[in-house]
Amino acid sequence: MNTTKMLTHVRCELALHQLRDADGLPLLLLHGLGERTPAEVPSIFEEWRGPIWGLDFTGHGASSRTPGGGYTAEILMADVDVALAELGKVAIVGRGLGGYIGLLIAGARPELVSGLVICDGPGLAGGGPTPHSPAVISPPSTSPAALPSVLPSTTSGPENPDPFALVELATDVRPDDYATTYARQAVQFSGLEAPITIAAVVRPSWLAAVAAEPGVVTKTLSQGLERYWQP
Amino acid sequence: MSTVIASAPTRSEAQDAGLAPFPGARRPDRRRSVDSGGLTLTVWEWGDPGDPAVLFAHGGFDFAGTFDTLAPLVADGGYRVVSWDQRGHGDSQHAHLYSWEADLRDAAAVLNSIGPGAVPVVGHSKGGALMLQLADAMAHKVSHLVNLDGLPSGRSWPDVADHHRTRMLNGELGEWLDHRRRSADKVRRPGTVQELAQRRGLMNPRLNPQWLEYLVPIGGYESHDGWRWKIDASMRMGGFGPWRPEWSMSRLPALGMPVLCILGMDLELMGWGTLPEDVIPNLPANARFVPLEGVGHFMHIEQPAVVADLILETIS
Repeated sequence: MNTTKMLTHVRCELALHQLRDADGLPLLLLHGLGERTPAEVPSIFEEWRGPIWGLDFTGHGASSRTPGGGYTAEILMADVDVALAELGKVAIVGRGLGGYIGLLIAGARPELVSGLVICDGPGLAGGGPTPHSPAVISPPSTSPAALPSVLPSTTSGPENPDPFALVELATDVRPDDYATTYARQAVQFSGLEAPITIAAVVRPSWLAAVAAEPGVVTKTLSQGLERYWQP
Repeated sequence: MSTVIASAPTRSEAQDAGLAPFPGARRPDRRRSVDSGGLTLTVWEWGDPGDPAVLFAHGGFDFAGTFDTLAPLVADGGYRVVSWDQRGHGDSQHAHLYSWEADLRDAAAVLNSIGPGAVPVVGHSKGGALMLQLADAMAHKVSHLVNLDGLPSGRSWPDVADHHRTRMLNGELGEWLDHRRRSADKVRRPGTVQELAQRRGLMNPRLNPQWLEYLVPIGGYESHDGWRWKIDASMRMGGFGPWRPEWSMSRLPALGMPVLCILGMDLELMGWGTLPEDVIPNLPANARFVPLEGVGHFMHIEQPAVVADLILETIS
């Protein structure tokens, strides 16, 4: 039976779901952009013998929405850090956006991330490696002076991701050397020979740069899980 | 915390309350609110509401009240000066999240609240970089750009070897994450008016202590154990992320409206360390560049009359 813990990240409430209780190193699942933690353990993770958790990022799933947006990859990294304060050392599997966030937290808390597998999923590319022409994303307004809204259309309701999250986390700039800095920190400080496994087929610029770093290997998800399992 | 945080006073409220004056300072004539995607921003206005508008943007960790000496001079030149407390600053709502894109969206919400048509924009420091991007993103809404020491350059970034940078960043990231873990119930440290002014003086060492004390009842609030700055305690100086200062400067050559860039030539901790040779090659055709000798980063507070005259020459 799944259980959910609500954690506080400054003014945001985060939903940390336990999908399976067991002994051994916990596996933390990070979902893609616009997604949420699955209701049950996906079959691909059945071979993981330890506990399995999933975190809903701020603005997603059962976690809180934020008035006025302001979503960044770094804030989501801090979401994961709040979960690590609860769980201790984990291995991480991240889909799409969750793969990029997994990379950031693996570099920022290398002592707490004992292996990361980056998989394909929504939001893997972000906004590319360099700044784009600027745009101001405005919510709908009744003012005749206002710009037309360019926010994604979603029906209202707590089950839907925050439109600000969808836009801001789809357009954030991800320079290659920024991503590789985190990869190098994970390699230098994690104590693992190869702390990052790339299982994604698609290689946006940041991920191609990370893939070329020492200590980063390309394997399937199953092979990655096997590498990082600790009883 | 159950303390009711009073709004900073308008001009008439300050007179009624007997706010300690500062030579040349004048509180805004009006206060109003603007909604930005569900977040409430406090907007301030100086001057006749029928005059043409000009939008002012303050720097990081400042608030609109820091324009109390500059804005009246521009208002007296025939303008309705509109400014706002950025999210988490001054009297605006503390947000769940803070980001550059959110600040830009807030600026657009305030700009749209002024009405149709293009208006001049003036920004100091972070506000200058913000107005630079706003002018690039919304050229149809910005008639002139005045940038007060808000042109980031890469000069202030440490030149260290890669392996040292990795270790430094690792420490910085851990400290930032620790700060996030501790910030849920964090409130700013209380003190007397003089103590708050002294703390602010560490970031503003060139400024008159009497000015810093004048700011406390505007940017701070009083509760049973003393005064506190209103700025959100979850916010932190500095930071990290993928952003590069040269990205901001690279927007400057694209601008088609008249531009005035002013640099204070006495470099300070709160500034960017940007030099004329960093700016001049990036000036667009309609730009004027003014280096002010003997003036620091907070030029509009040190020399409000000089800066006001330059603004009025540009936008009139």
